[in-house]
Amino acid sequence: MKENLHHIAAVAKREWRAYFDSPVAYVFIIIFLMLAGFFTFSIARFFEAGQADLTGFFQWHPWLYMILVPAVAMRLWAEERRSGTIELLFTVSVTPLQALLGKFIAAWLFMILALALTFPVVLTAVYLGSPDLGTVASAYLGSALLAGAYVAAGMFTSALTRNQVISFILAVVIGLFLILAGYPPVTDLLAHRMPGWLVDGVASFSFMPHFEALQRGVIDLRDLAYFASVMVFMLFSTQVVLKNKVGK
Amino acid sequence: MINASGLIKNFGHRRAVDDVSFEAQKGAVVGILGPNGAGKTTTIRMVAGFLTPDAGTVWVNGIDVAADPVAAQKHIGYMPETSPLYEDMTVSGFLRFLAEVRGFNGVQRQRRVDEVIERCFLQPVRNQSIDTLSKGYRQRTCFAQTLLHDPDILLLDEPTEGLDPNQKQVVRDMIREMSKEKVIMLSTHVLEEVEAICTRAIIISAGKVVADAAPAALKERSNRYNAVTLDVEGDGVPAVLETFPNIGKIRTLATDGNRTRLFLLPKLGKPIAAEVLETVREKHWKLFDMKVDEGRLDDVFRRITTTEDTREAE
Repeated sequence: MKENLHHIAAVAKREWRAYFDSPVAYVFIIIFLMLAGFFTFSIARFFEAGQADLTGFFQWHPWLYMILVPAVAMRLWAEERRSGTIELLFTVSVTPLQALLGKFIAAWLFMILALALTFPVVLTAVYLGSPDLGTVASAYLGSALLAGAYVAAGMFTSALTRNQVISFILAVVIGLFLILAGYPPVTDLLAHRMPGWLVDGVASFSFMPHFEALQRGVIDLRDLAYFASVMVFMLFSTQVVLKNKVGK
Repeated sequence: MINASGLIKNFGHRRAVDDVSFEAQKGAVVGILGPNGAGKTTTIRMVAGFLTPDAGTVWVNGIDVAADPVAAQKHIGYMPETSPLYEDMTVSGFLRFLAEVRGFNGVQRQRRVDEVIERCFLQPVRNQSIDTLSKGYRQRTCFAQTLLHDPDILLLDEPTEGLDPNQKQVVRDMIREMSKEKVIMLSTHVLEEVEAICTRAIIISAGKVVADAAPAALKERSNRYNAVTLDVEGDGVPAVLETFPNIGKIRTLATDGNRTRLFLLPKLGKPIAAEVLETVREKHWKLFDMKVDEGRLDDVFRRITTTEDTREAE
C-alpha cells in the first residue's frame, strides 16, 4: 500500500514537472484563460447581461475542455510509447495502474490549477453585484469534475496510439460525443430512428445535464457518481489497453 | 541468479523466441549473441519482466518474473535497447525520479544519485537537459539508472551500440568492475565485446540457442583453432610437413628461395604446434616466425548462425 502511494506520487510529480519544465504549461494556461475570458465577456456579454451570475462563464467550459484537455492529455502515454520510456517505467517495479493513476492525478491537478486561475471572473462578479457564492462553488466543482472526465478520456486515447495527433483527434471526438449526446438537436434526430429507451440511453451518457445541474448549484450525488463513473471507466479502459499493448 | 527454462514468445505468427533455456550465476558476464532479429532483445525483455513469455518461466533470485514482476524487478537493473530517457528532464532529475521509484527518499536518495553520477562519469552533464546529450552520455545515463538500487542482476541490451572506441572502453570497464558481485547479462552483435568482457557466450539464431559456452571454448570450434602459421628457411619444408598425419591442409602463403611462409590447418583442431616445432629443431631449419591460432569467434558465429538459417529456410 505504502509502495503503491509512493509510486503514484513519484509518477505524478514527474508528470507535473514535465508540464512546467516545458512551455506547454504556460502556453496552455494563458490560452485557456484568454479563451475563457473571450467567451465570457465578448460572446456571452457578461457586462451587458446585467446579472451577477456566472452562467455565461461556465457554459463554455465543456467546449473549451473539448479542445484543450486533449492537448494536455495526448502526450501522457503516446510519448512514453514513442520514445520507449514505457519500457523503463514498467521494468522498475511500477505497475500500469500506479503509473496511470499518477499521470491522471498530475494532468487533472494541472487542469484544476488552470481553472482556479479564472478566479478574477468571480472577483469581477462579486465587485459588480452579489452572486450566490454557493452556486459559484458548486459550478466550479462541476467544472473540475468535467475536466477530470475529459482528462481520463484523453488519457485513454493517448494509450491507444503512439501518435499524439491521432490521440488528440480521438479525444476530441469522444468529447464531442459526450457533449452532444444530450443536446435536443441530436436527440431529436435520433428519436426518429431509434426506440425511445435507446435515445434516453445515449442521452444519459452526456456531460451536459450533469454539468448543468451543478452549474445551477444543485449538488446531487447522482451527478457526482456520473462523473466518477466516467473517470473510473476511462481509467479502467486505459489499464486494459496498457496491459494488452505492453508486455504482449 | 537467473534461471530461464523453455522460453517461447510469438509475435503474431512469427516465433521470435523458441524454447530458450539458460542459467547464470553470480560473477558471470553472459553475452547474448546473434544476428539482428534473432530474438536477443525479446529474450532480455522477458527476463526484465517487460514481456510475458507464451510458455516457459524465468526465475530471478528464485522469483517467477511473469508471476510477480514487481518483486522480481527489485533485483534487476535493466537498460533497454536504444537507451530510452525522458528527454525533457535533466540527468540528475531523471536519476532522482528513478531513485524515488526505487524507494529512496530525501538525503538517501540524493546520495544514491550522486554515487551513480560519479560512478558513470556523468559529473560534467549532471544539470544538462537530456535532449542535448551526446550518445555516449545518453547511454551512460541509462546505465547509471540500472545501478541506483544496487541490484544483483544487470540486464544490458546492446550497452555499447553506437559508441566510439573510447566510450566503449569506459562502458566495458564499468561492466568489468561490477562483474564480481553481480550477474550481468548483455546482448550484443559485436564479437570483440564478447571476447573482451564475457565469461560466457550464448548464441541465439532464429529464436533458438545454438551455442552456450565460454568464448574460449567456442573459439575451439573454429576451423582455424590450433592452425599454425610458419615462416622457415630449409630444404623441402612442405614435403616434410605433408607426411604429418594431423595436418589436414598446407597452404603456401609466400616463397623466397628456400624460405617459405606456410599456413598449416590441423585435422579436427588437433594441436600440431609441438610436433612442428620439434621437426624444425631436428632438421635445423631456420625459424623466423611461428603463430598458433586461437580460433576466431566470428568464424564460429558465422558457421553456427548461417547453417541455422539455411536449415530454417528448407
